[in-house]
Parts: sequence; structure tokens; C-alpha cells
Amino acid sequence: MKFTFRGKKISGVLTVVPANEKLFIEEMRNFNFPEGRSLKLAEVMGYKKRRQVTGNVCVSDLAVFGLKSLFDRGLLKPEEIDALLVFSICPDHFVPSTSNIIQGKLGLRHDAVCLDINQACAGFVIGLIQAFMLLDQPAFRKVVLVNGDVLSRRASPKDRNIFPLIGDAATITVLERDPADETIHAEVRMDGSRSDALLVPAGGFRQPSCAETAIMKDAGDNNFRADDHLRMDGTAIFNFVQLEVPPLIDSVLGAAGLTTDQIDYFLFHQPNRFMLQKLADKLKIPHARVPMNVVENFGNSGGASIPTAISFNLADQAKNGRFRACLAGFGGGLAWAAMQLGIGPLEFCEIIDFP
Amino acid sequence: MKAIPDILKEIRPEFDFAASNDFFSDGMLDSFDLMTLVSTLDKTFGISIQGTDILPENFQNIVAIESLLRRSGAKL
Repeated sequence: MKFTFRGKKISGVLTVVPANEKLFIEEMRNFNFPEGRSLKLAEVMGYKKRRQVTGNVCVSDLAVFGLKSLFDRGLLKPEEIDALLVFSICPDHFVPSTSNIIQGKLGLRHDAVCLDINQACAGFVIGLIQAFMLLDQPAFRKVVLVNGDVLSRRASPKDRNIFPLIGDAATITVLERDPADETIHAEVRMDGSRSDALLVPAGGFRQPSCAETAIMKDAGDNNFRADDHLRMDGTAIFNFVQLEVPPLIDSVLGAAGLTTDQIDYFLFHQPNRFMLQKLADKLKIPHARVPMNVVENFGNSGGASIPTAISFNLADQAKNGRFRACLAGFGGGLAWAAMQLGIGPLEFCEIIDFP
Repeated sequence: MKAIPDILKEIRPEFDFAASNDFFSDGMLDSFDLMTLVSTLDKTFGISIQGTDILPENFQNIVAIESLLRRSGAKL
């Protein structure tokens, strides 16, 4: 479906990453592969270092830490928040919603709308769409979007296909009305018939976690994982992205009457460097306009990866200037979504460590 | 310029690629080796193999790889 919004903007982006940093060169000996083969793959994919939560830290912990930081510095006031949207595939609990947990811990207004939506790597763009739809209502003036996952807790440390690329993070994006009244174009596509390509088999009601689902099994490709762990059909996901994302971007830019040359930055979900290089080549975009360094510095944090790319690469430009961006998120569902909009000047744009 | 069998041998030194007609069904390459192979072929031949061509059938043996490289603009 296609969306058009007027008079909305991003006013701030904060990325919260765990201070705990893991290095691929130290972790690769846990994998059942020769080190030389792992190092070659690391160079191609961009595996270098990533951030991982410790203990039972959840998305709400990262989000509360980030929001308190904004409150303490006067960058956001709790009473201003009309809606809190949490886009995540890592809920603290089945019940209550993570957004309600955050609301309670921070004492947000009781008339603030709190919603959890299960979306993975397309969650930032779909979250922006949801936030902008709320801002179309006269009563809503400021919406906070939280994208966060702690997926390292559901990744097998013996799975070289998944574990070295996963990073934990939460991002806080503040959305509000914009008197400049610029038009934003977006589009979302989904295909549930391919939902098995990215799956955590156990832990829900279909297959509850038990002692058996925790047993590590040989996946047949030198990797070991349990049914409690995330699994990914890497070939299917790669081909999905290369086939489906370029036409979606063409459609969004076409609706806006823009060409790729008129976009300053293509801010894509950050699965791995190789996939992004191939996507950029397919779209005939210079690599310099496609940040692709989040995986090597923080790991792939799912829906939080696009705002992390903004706060890591473009903080100065976003705070002090303005650029035209094309965003695209793609992943579990399968879901893929794109948006073109102007970003900046933002009131804040930074990365902070969760101790 | 390195030959295709030499490039394959660098990725998986334990296999004789000339003796196989299907590297994937023979267990000589997996989907992640494929990423390493494509990256090396891109650099070696000065091309960018299209993402939509990165399918196992285009890399299942040396003849298939040579055919893809030609389609991708490589001079063999």
C-alpha cells in the first residue's frame, strides 16, 4: 500500500547500544569452521564487532535508559508524549505490552496511546508510517517510536550464519508536526507465504519452549542451533532483497517525482555489507551515498539499524542541516517498506552506551 | 589473473572442484561460501555480479561460473 503524509517530521533520533562489545576475531573460535574460512567471510560480510546485552536486559531497559537521558537533558518532556509505539520482535513478556512497561516505569500520561507492533527489520519505516498516521489526528502532537531488539538472546552462539551479525540496540525517534508541510511518500509490501525464511520456531504458543526445544542440534551445515533460536534461510533472504527492494524504491521515488540522483542518502536496513553493496549496485547508486558500516561497528540490530545508521554516520548533518533520504527496511514477515523524506535539522541525533 | 579453480581452491582448499559437476549438492560450497566467491570474482574480474544472479545454479560448476562471468561483462 502507498502512503502520503504532509506536515510531519522526525525531530530527534537517539540510539542506545549496550556497552558490552564483542569481537568477531575472539568469537570465531566458537564456530565449527576453519578460522581462515571465517575470516574470509568476515571480510565480505563486515563482521568485526558488535554490541550485546548482558544478563536478562530487555528492550524496555534500553528504551527507559534512553528516554530518561532525553528527559534529564531537557530534550524531551514526559508530559509531551501523546503516543509511545514499540516496534520489536523481542517483547519483555507476552503480557503486558513492552510499551505499557515503559509507560509505567517513566510515569507517562494515562491518555498516551501505547502500542506494541511485531515487526523486525522493516520496523523503522513501518513505525514511521504508524506514527505519521497518528499525527494526522488533531489530538496528537508528539509521538515516540521505539525500535529495539535483543535478538542475541535468541541466537545460537554455535551458528556462524546468524550469531556474528546480530547486535542489540534500541532507538528512540521523536516525530511531530512540521509547519514546512513537505510531502512524504512511503510504501509497504508484505508476503506471508515466505514467512519461514526468518523464524524462531519455539517460544510462542505454536511450539512452547521446553527442555527439548533448548537442545542444540546439527543444522547440517556445520552450524548448531536449537528450536529456541533464530534461523534464517540466507539464500532466500538475499534473493528476496535483491528482487523486491529495487522495484519498491523505484515506486516510492516515482510517486515523489524524484530520481536516485536527487536523493542525498539511501538509508537501508543493515543486514550485512555484501547485501548492501549488491543492492546499491543494482540501483546504480554510488556506495558513498549508502551507509553500510553498522554491522561492522554494532551488529545488525533489526528495526533499529536505520536510525543507528543515521546517528552513527550523519549526526552532524542531521543536527545542523538537512538532507533528502530514501529509507528502506526489509526482513522478517516477509515485509519490505520504503519512504522518501527530508531529515533535519534534528534537535538531537546521537549514540549512547547502556552500561 | 587467477583461474576460477584456483579461486575456488582458496575458499575450500580441501576439495577438488574440477572433479565435481555440482558444488552444492556435493557439499563443497554453502550459501555463505557463495558470498565469498562472488566477492572474489567481482574483484578479480573487475565486475559486479548482479544480486539477482547470485543463485546456486549459476555457481554449481566451473562451466556455469564461466557463463555467468561472461554475462556479467568479464573478459575470460
